[in-house]
Amino acid sequence: MKGRNDILAAIRANKPALKAPAPEVPSFDEAYPTDTTGLWPRFADALALMGGSVAEIQEGQSLEDCIRATLADRLPEQPIIASAVPELTGNRRLREHDNPKTLHDIDIAVLRARFGVAETGSVCFTEKELIVNAVAYLAQHLVVLLDPAELVTNIHRAYQRDDYKNARYTVFHTGPSATADIEGVLVRGAQGVRSLTVIAASVDTPG
Amino acid sequence: MSTPDPTKTINSPEATRESAPRFTKAKDGKRVDHAAAAKQFLDSPIHAKSHDERVWAMRTKRDKQAHAIEEWEELRDLASQIKTHTLTHLDEYLEQFADNAAANGVRVHWAADAADHNRIVHEIFNDHDVKKVIKSKSMLMEECGFRHYMEGVGIEIVETDLGERIQQLDNEDPSHVVVPSVHKMRSDVAKVFAETLGSDPDNDDAHYLAGRQRDATRPLILEADAGMTGANFAVAETGGFIVCTNEGNADLSANVPNLHVASIGIEKLVPRMEDMGVFIRLLSRSALGSPITQYTSHFRAPRAGGEMHIVLVDNGRSKRLGQEKFWSSLKCIRCGACMNTCPVFRRSGGLSYGATYTGPLGLILDPSFDAHRYSNLPFASTLNGSCTNVCPVKINIHEQIFEWRQVLAEDGHIPWAKKSALAAAGKVLADPKRYRAAIRTAQSALKHLPDWAVYSQLNAWGQVRDMPDVPDGGSFHDWYRKNRLHKTEAADTATHDSGDDS
Amino acid sequence: MQIGLFVPCFIDAFYPEVGIATLELLERFGCKVDYPFDQTCCGQPMVNAGCHPEAAATEQHFVNQFEKYDVIVAPSGSCVHQVRDNLTAIKQTDKVKHVRTNTYELVEYLHDVLKVDAFPWARFEHRVGYHDSCNTLRNLGHGQPSELHGKYFSKPRALLEKVAGLELVAPSRPDECCGFGGTFSVTEPEVSGQMGRDKIADHGRAGAEYIVSADTSCLMHQQGCAKRIGAPIRFMHIAEILNGAAA
Ligand code: SF4
Repeated sequence: MKGRNDILAAIRANKPALKAPAPEVPSFDEAYPTDTTGLWPRFADALALMGGSVAEIQEGQSLEDCIRATLADRLPEQPIIASAVPELTGNRRLREHDNPKTLHDIDIAVLRARFGVAETGSVCFTEKELIVNAVAYLAQHLVVLLDPAELVTNIHRAYQRDDYKNARYTVFHTGPSATADIEGVLVRGAQGVRSLTVIAASVDTPG
Repeated sequence: MSTPDPTKTINSPEATRESAPRFTKAKDGKRVDHAAAAKQFLDSPIHAKSHDERVWAMRTKRDKQAHAIEEWEELRDLASQIKTHTLTHLDEYLEQFADNAAANGVRVHWAADAADHNRIVHEIFNDHDVKKVIKSKSMLMEECGFRHYMEGVGIEIVETDLGERIQQLDNEDPSHVVVPSVHKMRSDVAKVFAETLGSDPDNDDAHYLAGRQRDATRPLILEADAGMTGANFAVAETGGFIVCTNEGNADLSANVPNLHVASIGIEKLVPRMEDMGVFIRLLSRSALGSPITQYTSHFRAPRAGGEMHIVLVDNGRSKRLGQEKFWSSLKCIRCGACMNTCPVFRRSGGLSYGATYTGPLGLILDPSFDAHRYSNLPFASTLNGSCTNVCPVKINIHEQIFEWRQVLAEDGHIPWAKKSALAAAGKVLADPKRYRAAIRTAQSALKHLPDWAVYSQLNAWGQVRDMPDVPDGGSFHDWYRKNRLHKTEAADTATHDSGDDS
Repeated sequence: MQIGLFVPCFIDAFYPEVGIATLELLERFGCKVDYPFDQTCCGQPMVNAGCHPEAAATEQHFVNQFEKYDVIVAPSGSCVHQVRDNLTAIKQTDKVKHVRTNTYELVEYLHDVLKVDAFPWARFEHRVGYHDSCNTLRNLGHGQPSELHGKYFSKPRALLEKVAGLELVAPSRPDECCGFGGTFSVTEPEVSGQMGRDKIADHGRAGAEYIVSADTSCLMHQQGCAKRIGAPIRFMHIAEILNGAAA
C-alpha cells in the first residue's frame, strides 16, 4: 500500500513549476456602515433572504414570552425548551456530556451566537456556545441571542477572527435547514431545524 | 424581501404522469454513448423541459448574486490565484495540514486510490464494530464507489442529503454535484418514496415528501454508529476542514455518532483561514445563487469523548497535477455552476454522462479516470465557453474540453471511421482543385459539406433539421468570377485553373 | 492597405449573398478587397474534432493564400477564432503569425478598425433578434457575456442600432448557445436540434421577425431547425442588413 510518503513524492515530482505567490486578500468592506446600528438592518435583511427571521422583545415582555409568541403556532402545548444561555432557564438542561441521541425531543434550543455576519445574516457558534453540538440540529426550532455589537461586516472579516483556531467545532448558521431537492421547491427543515429566529440581546455586563 | 412561507406549497398545480427517463449503462470496456443517452432523456419531453428550466433558474440566480457584487471578478481571480499557489506548493501544505490535524487529536490516513480509501474506512469501522453509518454528500466517495463497497461488506450506509437519499433509494447515481436528483420530478420522488418509505403514492407535494423523508431518516441518524462527511475545503494552517450544506446533514452526521470519518481529496487544501472568505463568498453564490449555504461547518478536532479520522485521498490527483494542460482542473470546488450554465447538460440530464462527474466538469475529469470509456464525453460540448465564464476558480473548462479532443484523437481513442473521414476531408480541403470539384455544384456541396463534418453518420444533420436551399445563382465563387474577376486586370488565370467554367 | 476576403465554405456554397454583402460593404468604406481565388478552408472541421495533424495541410494552404494581405476579413466568427486562436498544427513562422494576428471578423473590423458610425444606405423595418454566436461573443469579444460582471457592451448591436427602422428585441436567455457547435451538430443531433428549437422559440417569444448573426453556421443550423418544424421566423447575416438588404 502506498502511503503518505509516496503520495507526497508523486506531488513533488508532478507539481507545476510556476512562480505563484499567495495573493493578499482584501476585506472588501469599505461600503459597509461602520456602526452597529447601520449593520443590524443589513444583517436582518440578509437573514430573511435565507429564511431566518428577527424577533424583538416587546416592552414588558420576557425573553421566554417573546420566544413563545414568535413560535406560537408551531409549538406543541408543552414545548421542551433547552437553554444554553443564562438569560433563560427553559425546561431541559443541557450538559456537556449529554448523549446527543437524547436530544431528539427538544422543541426549541436557545443559544447565544459568538458573532454575526451582516453580509449573509449568519450567526456563529462553537462547541462552547452549543454545549452539545447536536442540539443545534436535532431541535425543531432554534432561537439565537446575538449582541448587535458582535456583528462583523462580511465573510472576509469573519475569517479574520481566530475563533476557529481554538475551537474544535465552529459553525455558521444562516437561516434554518433547507432543501430544494424535490423539483426545486424550497422546503425548510429538511433534516435540521425548521426555523431560526435571532433576537438582539447584548451580553449583560457583569455588575 | 419576504420569507417564503414554508407551510404553503408552491408546486406546480399538476404533477406530470410522464415516467422518469431511464438510461442504458455502458458495459464494462465500452464507450459511454452520451448522444444516445441524451436522446433517452429528451424522449421524456416533460422531464427534459422541466430539467432545463430548473437548472437554468439556478444559473439565473447565480447571475443575480454575481452581478450584485462589485468585486465579483476580482474574487474569482483571487480564488484562482490561491488555488494556483496551493497546488504549486501542495506537498508542503498537505504536510502542514496532516501534522496540524494529528496535533489536534485527529487520526490521519493516506489513500493512494479508491480501493485504499474504501479499505481504510472499512478497517476503521471494523475496529469500532460499526454496522450503521450516516453520511453527508461527498463526490469523492461517489468517485470511490464507496457505498457499493460498503453494501458488499454488510455495512449499512444512509445518505442524509435529501437529493442523495432519493438517488440511493432509487438505486441511481447522482446526476449533479450539488443537486443529485435534479433530473427527477416530484411525481418520480413520490413513486420512489411510496415504494421505499411507504408514503402515499398519490401525494406528490414536495413538503409532504420532504417531511416523510425527515421522519424516516431521523431514527436512522439517532441509531447510527458512525458518521461520514466529505469536505469542501481543508485548511493547512489549522488542520481543520470545512463542510458546506443546506440541510445541516453534515453536522448531524458528524455530531450525533461518536465516530466521525471525513474523506478529503488532496486538492481541497487552502493555506490559511483568511483565504476562506474568498471561497465561501463564491461557492454558494455560484452553485445555487444563494449568498451562503445554510450551514458552513468548520471541524478541527474531535469533540470531547469522540473520535475523528481524516482519509486523504489521491486517486489520480497527483498524476493530474503533472498534466500541463489539465492540472488546473484540480482547482475545482464542485460548485456545479458549469453544469447549470451548460446548454448540453440541461438538455441531456446528468445521467447521460454515465460517469461520476457530469456536465462540463465531467468532460474534463472523467477521461482522466478512463480515457476509452469516457472518450465520447469531450465531444458532448459545443465549446460555447459559458462554463469557463461562470467557474468561480476560473478553470478554462472549454479550452480543456478542446484539448481533451486532441489528446483522445492522438491516443487513438476516437473511432477509426471518424478519424479517417476527417483525414480525407483534410486532404480535400488542402487542395483547391479537389475542393472546387467537391462543391462545384450546390447539389454536390450539399452532399460533401455536411459529409466533412458528418463523417460516417450521413444523415445526422437531416435527423433534426433541413439542409439549406440551393442558391439560384451558384456559389460565391461563381458570382465573383462572373462579376469581378473578368473585370479585374491581370487576373492570373494560371492560378485559377481549379475554377474552370466547365 | 489590401484586404484579403475569406469566404468560408458554407457561405460560398449556400449563402453567396453573405459573401457579396461583405465584399460590397467593405468597398463602400473605401477598402481595397481581393478574393484569393484558390482559397478553401481554415482547418476548423478537423481541429474541432481534435484531429490537428489532419488539419495541417489545410492550414498551410490557408496561410499561403492569405499571407500577402495586410489584413484578412471573414464574415464568420468561428473561422476567425480558428485562425486566430487554434491554427497551430503547422510551424509558427512569421507568415503564419502575420496571418493569425491580422485576421478579423467582419463586425470587429467595422466596429474596431474602421470605426463606422453610419450606414446611410441601410434601412430595415423589422424586429430583429440578434444571435450572439458563442465564438464571436466569448472567444472574439463581441460583447459582454451575461455570465461576467462588468459593463454591458455589444459591438454588433451597436452597429445594428445605426440601421434605420430596425428594432432590436432580446430573448430571455440572452446568449445561450444555439446548439450548432461544429461537429457537435452531427455527433449530438438530438441535443443540438433541441437547443436550436429552443433558441428559435425564445426569439419568437421576444417578437423577433428575423434572427440575425455574424456566424452563418449558427444561422444555417437554426434555419434548418426552423424549416423542419415550420417556424415562420427568418434569418439574415448581419453583413446583409448593414449593406442595405431589404427584407
Ligand atoms: S469546474 Fe468550476 S464551475 Fe464547474 S464545478 Fe468546478 S468550480 Fe464549479
